[in-house]
Amino acid sequence: MRLEIKDLSVHYGKIEAIKGISIVVNQGEIVTLIGANGAGKTTTLKTISGLRKVSRGAILFDGQDISKVPAYERVDLGISQAPEGRGIFPGMSVLENLEMGKFNRKDRRSEMKEDLNRVYDLFPRLKERSGQAGGTLSGGEQQMLAIGRALMARPKVLLLDEPSMGLAPMMIANIFQIITTINTELGTTILLVEQNAQQALQRAHRAYVLETGKIVKEAKASDLLNDPEVRAAYLGTGAGTGH
Amino acid sequence: MNFSVVTSQFASLVLQGVALGLIYSLIALGYTMVYGVLRLINFANSEVFMVGTFTVLFIQVTVLGHAVTREPMHGWPLILALALSLIAAMGVCALLAMLVEVVAYRRLRAKGANRLASLISAIGVSIFLSESWRIFTDSRPHAGPRLLEKWSFGEFHGANFRIDTMMAIFASLIIYMVLLRFVNGSRLGKAIRAVSMSEENSLLMGINLNRVVTLTFAIGGLTTGAAAFFYITIYENTVFNVGFNLGIAAFTAAILGGIGNLRGAFFGGLALGLTEQFASAIIGSQWKAVTVFIVLVFVLLIKPSGIFGEAVQQTRT
Repeated sequence: MRLEIKDLSVHYGKIEAIKGISIVVNQGEIVTLIGANGAGKTTTLKTISGLRKVSRGAILFDGQDISKVPAYERVDLGISQAPEGRGIFPGMSVLENLEMGKFNRKDRRSEMKEDLNRVYDLFPRLKERSGQAGGTLSGGEQQMLAIGRALMARPKVLLLDEPSMGLAPMMIANIFQIITTINTELGTTILLVEQNAQQALQRAHRAYVLETGKIVKEAKASDLLNDPEVRAAYLGTGAGTGH
Repeated sequence: MNFSVVTSQFASLVLQGVALGLIYSLIALGYTMVYGVLRLINFANSEVFMVGTFTVLFIQVTVLGHAVTREPMHGWPLILALALSLIAAMGVCALLAMLVEVVAYRRLRAKGANRLASLISAIGVSIFLSESWRIFTDSRPHAGPRLLEKWSFGEFHGANFRIDTMMAIFASLIIYMVLLRFVNGSRLGKAIRAVSMSEENSLLMGINLNRVVTLTFAIGGLTTGAAAFFYITIYENTVFNVGFNLGIAAFTAAILGGIGNLRGAFFGGLALGLTEQFASAIIGSQWKAVTVFIVLVFVLLIKPSGIFGEAVQQTRT
């Protein structure tokens, strides 16, 4: 698996929201894309999933340009997304939500049990609540459901959009722990978009910093954690002040 | 005003109201299915109904050669003739609804057009269909043949349990229950529900949106076609603008129950049918439409989302 975004531009009407960015995600990595609100992080993920149109550049998945492939076929290729704001189906039960995750897979019947068990092992809470309507879950549980549902499709690369958004600190730690587990134990490659740069940089191997539609930095995540500019802009601690 | 009819004809009014109400419900399901996934009022649904009624006449008079003046049929030929007209009406209506979607809405959706553009397109298709039919039929009402002899199972406090009324009631209930099971239990039904909750998130599940939309129009056409068959069986005539009155009533029923909601369409139709029957009996049939809309306005004032309406994010069946 190799996901390569090459010189990608995306427009909203006449406004260029993404201005020629290039990102590489290699097999087995956690790559994070950090940046402020409105920098274009969510747009980037939506474009990889096919929800936004590419106006220039290419999205290469295992060497093939998929930028013209319809969104609903990209799941089959191995790209799954847990969207911003969870995007679960509120009127469906937890189990139905999970089943939707592999809606289109050819072997969905034979794989269903195994995949459900895998998700339930990661998130025992979802098993307890399998009959409950998705809309009645807490924010943290909904996030678990969104990630679990994306995993049902056996993705080669998992796109996570702000999984920590709106969660209590305990739950944030929990979710980030699970992201590492998914990467190390299931071997799933992850592209993580986050505003919580501290946590994201601690979990990721490599990182990109996005500012108003452009990549301004690209480095090993651990290096960015110590980068004075990044610390000042995204970690809430000025250069040289230590904490 | 004549309130004595409420007691003297109560059972009869209820029976007639339920039969008419269920026909409304079937058409209302057509509106509500489409609204659920696209948030679009498919105004052409009333003309789909109209074409359905003419399909029944075409099958019975032209294909089966049963002239309006001929005696009713019996036994197996009768059952086969009824089944054929029902299936033909449902099939033609489903095909027409799918065609309307492709011609009038699909490109607008692909271009991300304003919902108002789709609404105007819907009204345009509706006028196109009814006015073309006016020309084909010389604006004349067409009588349907009586295939089914209208014998009665018996009377109960003045209510006449006629075969055509009972058939419409039972068949509508069966269709409604099959549809509920399909939408709640089947894989494609779940896809419809998923799209009604969120288009973007459905795409992320690998759901082909256009296919779900086509399927939804087809299902709306099937229930509307069934309504057309029962309408002809009971009332035995149709005209190019039959869809207007029935369509407005069914649309009202869908709103009354909470549009986008299957249960809402079902009970909204029943409530409307009963209201109409009682209002006609009490204050005269010329006031029927007025009463219906007064009821609608009151429901909307008290509960704008309709009887079973929920917040849109929680649209359920």
